[in-house]
Amino acid sequence: MSDSKAFRQEIRTWLEENCPESMRTKAKPEEQVWGGRNIQFPSEDARVWFERCVEKGYCVPDWPKEYGGAGFDQKQTRIFQQEMARLNCRPPQVNLGIWMAGPAILEFGTEEQKREHLPKIARGEIRWCQGYSEPGAGSDLAGLQCKAESDGDEYVINGSKIWTSYADHSDWIYCLVRTDSDAPKHNGITFLLFDMASEGVEAKPIELITGETHFCQTFFDNVRVPKKNALGEENKGWTVAKRVLEFERDMMSDMESTAVNSGQSPRSIGQKFLGDDEGRVTDEVFRQAIARHEVQRRGLEMSQQRMIDEYMQGVGDPRVAMIFKYVGTEEEKSKYELMVKMAGEYSLGWGEGYTENEIQMTKDWMGAKTHSIAGGTSEIQLNIIAKRALGLPEK
Amino acid sequence: MSLAFNEEQRSLKDTARDFANDNTPVEALRKLRDSQDEQGYSKEHWAQMVELGFGGVIFPEAYGGFDFGVKGLAGCMEEFGRTLTVSPLLSSVALSGSLILEAGNEAQKNQWLPAIAMGEKLVSVALEESSRHNPQGVALSAEKVADGYKLNGKKTLVMDGHVADLLLVVARTSEQAGEQDGISLFLVDPKAQGVEVQRTTLTDSRNYARVEFSDVIVAQDALLGEEGQGFAPLDKALDVARICLAAEMFGGIQEASERTVEYFKERKQFGVLIGTFQALQHRAAHMYTEVQVCKTILMDALNALESQDDNAPALISGAKAKISEVAELVSNEAVQLHGGIGVTDELDIGLFLKRARLSQILLGDERFHYDRYATLSGF
Repeated sequence: MSDSKAFRQEIRTWLEENCPESMRTKAKPEEQVWGGRNIQFPSEDARVWFERCVEKGYCVPDWPKEYGGAGFDQKQTRIFQQEMARLNCRPPQVNLGIWMAGPAILEFGTEEQKREHLPKIARGEIRWCQGYSEPGAGSDLAGLQCKAESDGDEYVINGSKIWTSYADHSDWIYCLVRTDSDAPKHNGITFLLFDMASEGVEAKPIELITGETHFCQTFFDNVRVPKKNALGEENKGWTVAKRVLEFERDMMSDMESTAVNSGQSPRSIGQKFLGDDEGRVTDEVFRQAIARHEVQRRGLEMSQQRMIDEYMQGVGDPRVAMIFKYVGTEEEKSKYELMVKMAGEYSLGWGEGYTENEIQMTKDWMGAKTHSIAGGTSEIQLNIIAKRALGLPEK
Repeated sequence: MSLAFNEEQRSLKDTARDFANDNTPVEALRKLRDSQDEQGYSKEHWAQMVELGFGGVIFPEAYGGFDFGVKGLAGCMEEFGRTLTVSPLLSSVALSGSLILEAGNEAQKNQWLPAIAMGEKLVSVALEESSRHNPQGVALSAEKVADGYKLNGKKTLVMDGHVADLLLVVARTSEQAGEQDGISLFLVDPKAQGVEVQRTTLTDSRNYARVEFSDVIVAQDALLGEEGQGFAPLDKALDVARICLAAEMFGGIQEASERTVEYFKERKQFGVLIGTFQALQHRAAHMYTEVQVCKTILMDALNALESQDDNAPALISGAKAKISEVAELVSNEAVQLHGGIGVTDELDIGLFLKRARLSQILLGDERFHYDRYATLSGF
């Protein structure tokens, strides 16, 4: 116990001494530091904060030291996150490599792959994107058709991927490709890593209902990739893919706390638009709805802790993890619907006459619609729960 | 504090589960209902439960308990909720016991708490007066007279009131109905002159009564706590009972949803198990997510209560509200998803529906508690 207390104190002191004041606020979208070849810093403080964290391995605190991490175990990582949250420290670096590619390489990569890729993610040198969905393969992900044909030591890739977030700004992609068209669909997929600067790669942004364009469709025209870039064995990529989907679900169920948003809550909106002098929300129906949201939100957040506590007590249940993406993203949607109802036109502004923050609320409301679709729709989550948590039979 | 039960709490909970499975399965409730049992609960089972210590879980050792905390009792309530066990645990122990513990003087605590813990006495709180839970709406009057008080008014939904040895009557000694000030608590013998107890039979086959007080004279020492200051201890005791009831409801929710999932794996239509239908799978899966959230919310509120956090009352209201909502969802879904057999008396699912709805309104439904949560949270 005293060990973890000392550890907590050490982290706390380091953060207090090293995290610049201006990095202790929620970052706006343009203030986030995305790792990669074209890394840019919105301020000197952001650079300093990033560099200090890189030096300590704090962009990826739970990765082993030899790959650029801080080598923290699960408990230490949690303490680190709690202390970061306590000071409201911004993430020093944002990168799909940190949440998805890196953990996959750690789990499935060869020693050579780990040494090649992980330190570059930890140091913010390479930015990753994900090539999963295709125009014809959304929820039926394993039905993907993007083809990788064997040619000596190389694959030749032809096809396209969709919803590749920030593909136009990314350096490398982890991509699901079909290497065997005759096998049952799950058995002919390979998990491939390659450079987006390769000849024949083209990324075109897609405009969303939010007005934002961070998703792309990405086209591959005879792109040549060394076979040694496969993560895991050829045709066994589905195993890796499923694991990465779990990382994605974990990441997305936590959207609420990491997302860049207007910073408004149903309570603050209710008090602002419908509150009396004492902060009492005068409309009883909305008051109830705000309370319902807060209770559900806390229940969801504390469920993460409950899972850990149950493991500590030796009564852990892995099925609980399956609820987070569904409950989190659905709750987020109803939260914004509630806010829109209370703020009326002030949460539906799109331009002239509305403040930046008001327009952000509009975008948050619409952005939430993408979260229950991306990374496995809510309906897919329910399929997973039915099958794996409840053991319901398949046809 | 951990959001999981510790080893001691689990062991107590296991004892409760074994007892309930062996002695008070749902069949026991049917028997009480069908025989129109006069007591309304099995004295024999209650004696056994007391023997196992369930009556003294939350009381300090000085009053015949073993100071195991509300979290310990809640784990047991969850198990008893799974089998729809009928006992005075909620009325006499969780609610009345807590109220005496909160408001009573030393003599009152010594007189009543060990007797409650040992099952020698059954004590009921007479609180409700209208269709909805409304503690500060109490209007039953207690008028100061020469050497005591004179009570006039009516109470309803008094849990186990028809067999109570003592009633804890929530009355108004001053101010207006709707105000927290002016509420006083009285120990009243149900056999006293002017007290009329009428047993009421409700759909859940548990035990309730209406009690009418006509010029009932009680002595000065019948006062529990300070005159006019009864609301605060009442609110605290209600919170203990609310979270225990929520735990019991959570047991029922789990049982009803699990039985439904099991049915999905047995029942065939169109030549296949109905559990293969995606429309049904999604409803079961959604219930599962709600059950999991309820579990966390319940444990979170219990922890807040145990560590005496300032936000404990708000979290308890949040838990009672959320669990009430999910109890409605799950009990309705369980009936619907069983189809025709779900609306027969033969299947237990209907009993879970009935219990769920009573428990939902008992001690405040979701509307009451979300509003209380908002008030306590400053909005």
